This record gives sequence, structure tokens and C-alpha cells, in this order.
Amino acid sequence: MILKHMLQYSPDLDLAFQALADPARRGMLERLTLGPASVSELARPFDMTLSAIVQHLKVLEAGGLVRTEKVGRVRTCQIEPAALSAAEGWINQRRTTWEQRFDRLEQYLNETADAAEDKDKQP
Amino acid sequence: MTERSVTHATFCIERTLSASPARVFKAFAEQKAKDAWFTGAPHWVRTERSMDFRVGGRETSSVGEPGGVQHRFDATYYDIVPSERIVFTYAMHLDETLMSVSITTIELAAVGGKTRLKFTEQGAFLLDPADAPQREQGTHFLMDAVEAFLASEAAEA
Repeated sequence: MILKHMLQYSPDLDLAFQALADPARRGMLERLTLGPASVSELARPFDMTLSAIVQHLKVLEAGGLVRTEKVGRVRTCQIEPAALSAAEGWINQRRTTWEQRFDRLEQYLNETADAAEDKDKQP
Repeated sequence: MTERSVTHATFCIERTLSASPARVFKAFAEQKAKDAWFTGAPHWVRTERSMDFRVGGRETSSVGEPGGVQHRFDATYYDIVPSERIVFTYAMHLDETLMSVSITTIELAAVGGKTRLKFTEQGAFLLDPADAPQREQGTHFLMDAVEAFLASEAAEA
């Protein structure tokens, strides 16, 4: 299953998936796809303490999904899609290509099985 | 200044094939057999092909839609153990743009009359700013993927 294999790409991606495996963090990320936000703006829709939000942010940062920057007294958060697009774009495409090739290899081996059996059976 | 990025990643594919390791190996070693499965999309055409299957030998293949982007595979073989292992490196170009450079290991093991194939690719995947529009798409894709993944996990639980 392709999605499960995605988890094995790299430790970075494992962290990214860990970060995404929480509805609050996905909600925060969706908010950030609209544009940068301060921590308090990010916290507003959630029924959570600010420190809980900050904890979630740390997980998102560790997963490489969000970048935060403190300007004066305000910490601004923005999405960091580079890590995602890298893994998603080329690596996923590459895996799919090889999966398709191996589907055809399987088909080829099945189609040529009869002809090969005699040869294989040589002692 | 142009921003460039590279992602290092490893992925692994495992398959159990209904054939002996010798037959699976042959499907990698002989061009005629390999051409039966090592192809692009069904309507793509091959514009270049060479295969020199020995240690130090090269293999090339260019495929793509007629008149479209050429996907060029350029490999060098480093280790060949018949019916057991093949190690090669390959570069992937889309037209003139280098997309990735990888080390690939194919391991074959007999398992009860079948063959366990383990494919491992370790690569440097190169990404240029020209790919930027894909980023947003990529994010949405990943969101969908995560949802599907979590749903499948929930279904299994």
C-alpha cells in the first residue's frame, strides 16, 4: 500500500506524519495554508490553552511542516511546504513508477511461466 | 540568487513473485525480457535504448509521449550476483533537467518456490524553484493522503 510505504521514506517524513496525525494540528496547518498567523490567531478557533497550542506548534515544527519566527513580542507561524513537496512530488512518483514496472514484471513472469517451466525443471 | 534544494530519501518495495529467482534475475539481465516490463506509460514511445548488463556496464532508456517530455534513465551496474543481487546507480533526467541520482539495490531470495524481491532506492532528489507551483498541490495531496491513511488505519483497528 503506497500510503503506508510513504511512512518509510525518511525519518523526516515520519516526523511529518506524526505531526499530521492529530486533528488540532491539521486544523492549525489548514489555517496556515491561507497565510501566516500569530500564535494567538492560530489558537483562537481552538478550545485549548496557549501552552497546548505552543506544544502542537513544536510538533509541527519538528515535522518540518511549519516555520515560526519571533518578531518583537509576536511569534509568527507559516507553513513550510518544501519538505512535503519534495517527498510528495518526485519520490512518490518514482515509487509509483517502480510499482507499475513490477506489476508488469509480475505479468510478464506469469505469461512466460509455461515456456520457462521446462527449463526450470532441469536438475 | 537562485534557491536550490535537494531531498535525500530512501524507499523500499517488496514483492513476492511466482517464479524462481533464476527467472526473475533473467528478467533483469536480458534486454529482450526486460523490455517487456521496463517501460513507460502504455502510449509512450522509446526513443533510445542500450543495455550492457555487466559490472561497469551501462543501461540507458528514454521514454515519453511522442513529441513530449523525455524521461531518460541512465544506469551503471556495480554489483551483479546471478539470482541474488544487482546493485546499480542511475540518473533520471526529464529532457535536459537532472531530477535525481540514486543507488538501487535489488535483492532476490527463494521463498517456497517463489521469489521475494526487495527493491531499495536511496536517492538525492533535486528540486528547483520552477517546481514551486507543485508545493501547494503537494500540501493538499498530503492532507488527502493522511486522511486516507488514518481512515485505513481506523478501518483495520
